[in-house]
Amino acid sequence: MITALFSSVEAGLLYALMALGVYISFRILDFPDLTVDGSFVTGAAVASVLIVAGVNPFIASLAALGAGFLAGCMTGLLHTKGKINPLLSGILMMIALYSINLRIMDKPNVPLLQQETVMTMVTAQFQRVDAALAMIVPFAPKTWAVIVFGTLLVVIAKVVMDLFLKTEVGLALRAVGDNKKMIASFSGNTDRLTIIGLGLSNALVAFSGALIAQYSGFSDIGMGIGMIVIGLASVIIGEALFGAKTIVRATLAVILGAIVYRIVITLALRVQFLETGDVKLITAFIVILALVVPQMVAARAEKQRKARKRGAAVASTQADYESV
Amino acid sequence: MLQLKQITKVFNEGTLDEKVALKHIELSLQPGDFVTIIGSNGAGKSTLMNIISGRLAPDTGEVVIDGKDVTTMSEHERARYIGRVFQDPMAGTAPNMTIEENLAIAYNRTEKRTLRFGVTKKRREFFKETLATLQLGLENRLHAKVGLLSGGERQALSLLMATFTKPHVLLLDEHTAALDPARAQLITDLTKQIVEQYRLTTLMVTHNMEQAVQLGNRLIMMDGGQIIFEASGEEKKKLTVEALLQEFQRIRGSQFASDRTVLV
Repeated sequence: MITALFSSVEAGLLYALMALGVYISFRILDFPDLTVDGSFVTGAAVASVLIVAGVNPFIASLAALGAGFLAGCMTGLLHTKGKINPLLSGILMMIALYSINLRIMDKPNVPLLQQETVMTMVTAQFQRVDAALAMIVPFAPKTWAVIVFGTLLVVIAKVVMDLFLKTEVGLALRAVGDNKKMIASFSGNTDRLTIIGLGLSNALVAFSGALIAQYSGFSDIGMGIGMIVIGLASVIIGEALFGAKTIVRATLAVILGAIVYRIVITLALRVQFLETGDVKLITAFIVILALVVPQMVAARAEKQRKARKRGAAVASTQADYESV
Repeated sequence: MLQLKQITKVFNEGTLDEKVALKHIELSLQPGDFVTIIGSNGAGKSTLMNIISGRLAPDTGEVVIDGKDVTTMSEHERARYIGRVFQDPMAGTAPNMTIEENLAIAYNRTEKRTLRFGVTKKRREFFKETLATLQLGLENRLHAKVGLLSGGERQALSLLMATFTKPHVLLLDEHTAALDPARAQLITDLTKQIVEQYRLTTLMVTHNMEQAVQLGNRLIMMDGGQIIFEASGEEKKKLTVEALLQEFQRIRGSQFASDRTVLV
């Protein structure tokens, strides 16, 4: 049980990078970008193929990041220059990437089990620490490497993103999602900003895909299916649980949301009656819950507030009667 | 400062819905000119504003700002020269961003955006000082999201954001029309104060004749895509709403008359 939870936190951290990407497109740019299902695999594919070819896994992961950036920019171009609706631009890119990913991998599945990956390299560095911790902590997992490394990456990504969104370009990017007319009247090139924003978003997604491939030991053509919903689930759960008042808070919420999502899925799959194949159904259910429950809570609070006021009003009129 | 040469714009050309929005508009603004534009719905006022700002491209004619032909320049490039306030108080600001972030975006209108922080200590001081001139207390709410402000406050902020970087041309598109009378008066007063303070070359569309007469040193009346009446200097100063209405009737009337002669 503890091991399962531990590995869901590991995966959650790596998926959190993808969720941050989805946060950029969905929340910052207000652009429902479905490219994610494709660009996640693109990242995994590029990294795996390069690693198999003997490239340093860190460089391979950065190459994946670059590939994702390009994919995102293409979606941006389709939307801004091709004047294609946002959803359709993403869907077109996603379907195109399916074939491109197959071309990159040359087969539907690239195993990485015997390869040196970012994960094996980091784990090797952690051998001594792990050995030491194993003696102190009773339920110690096999290695702390992934948790520490994942946390480090996610924190870096978060801090860089928080800072970037406060720069002049970052502010303009946020304004594109908030009020296009306004930013255009202040000399912001909305087309270019949208393209860059989608590029950055998918860069993070592809980087996450590269890490997940190395974490799970393979890349697979189908590993991106439903990824956008998982990203959305993380964003929505995070915002619902931890709030999104400021950017700093929102990015933290998204990261925690990604981890919570993994934990929920792990716990759900331990229920006898549910099978591995039910994951997508559970995901959809979680997203629906996270969307509907806050509304119901707010409506209830509003109803109670009104009832209180009405009560107070009735009481005061009664008091008036009595005084008369 | 701003020159419009023979601007013509036709919508839906060649169809049953064809509409000539602007016919050979000639207009030249000197530096510091404050021109108010009045006219009924469909007179072409908004089209004219959109052509100057670059939202629409004219069919023929040229838009020249500060001696530079900007006719083919895109909206956002042209925005380096132009400050704009829209009719909708929600249109000129980003609601989910703070007051200071909005101001920072406006501050970057004239230059290329970089990876430096948008809000710096120095800029924040400047924003505070500038906001204080509005006398709405906004300088104490720099971190408040703009969506929380009232319509009047938002429009005052929009006005400030459009002007504090001293645009070559300021376009005001019925920017008080969506506000209640008291708020509209506040914005009108602020407009006057700011335009005088920065000596901005201004073009203001309004439905309010009173406002058109009060403000500015020139007045233009548009109808059917043409400028049908213009007053400036002393003539403009003496102008009253009454006289303006009569003038409108006279021109319209004479047009009817000439139409009749053609028909008969």
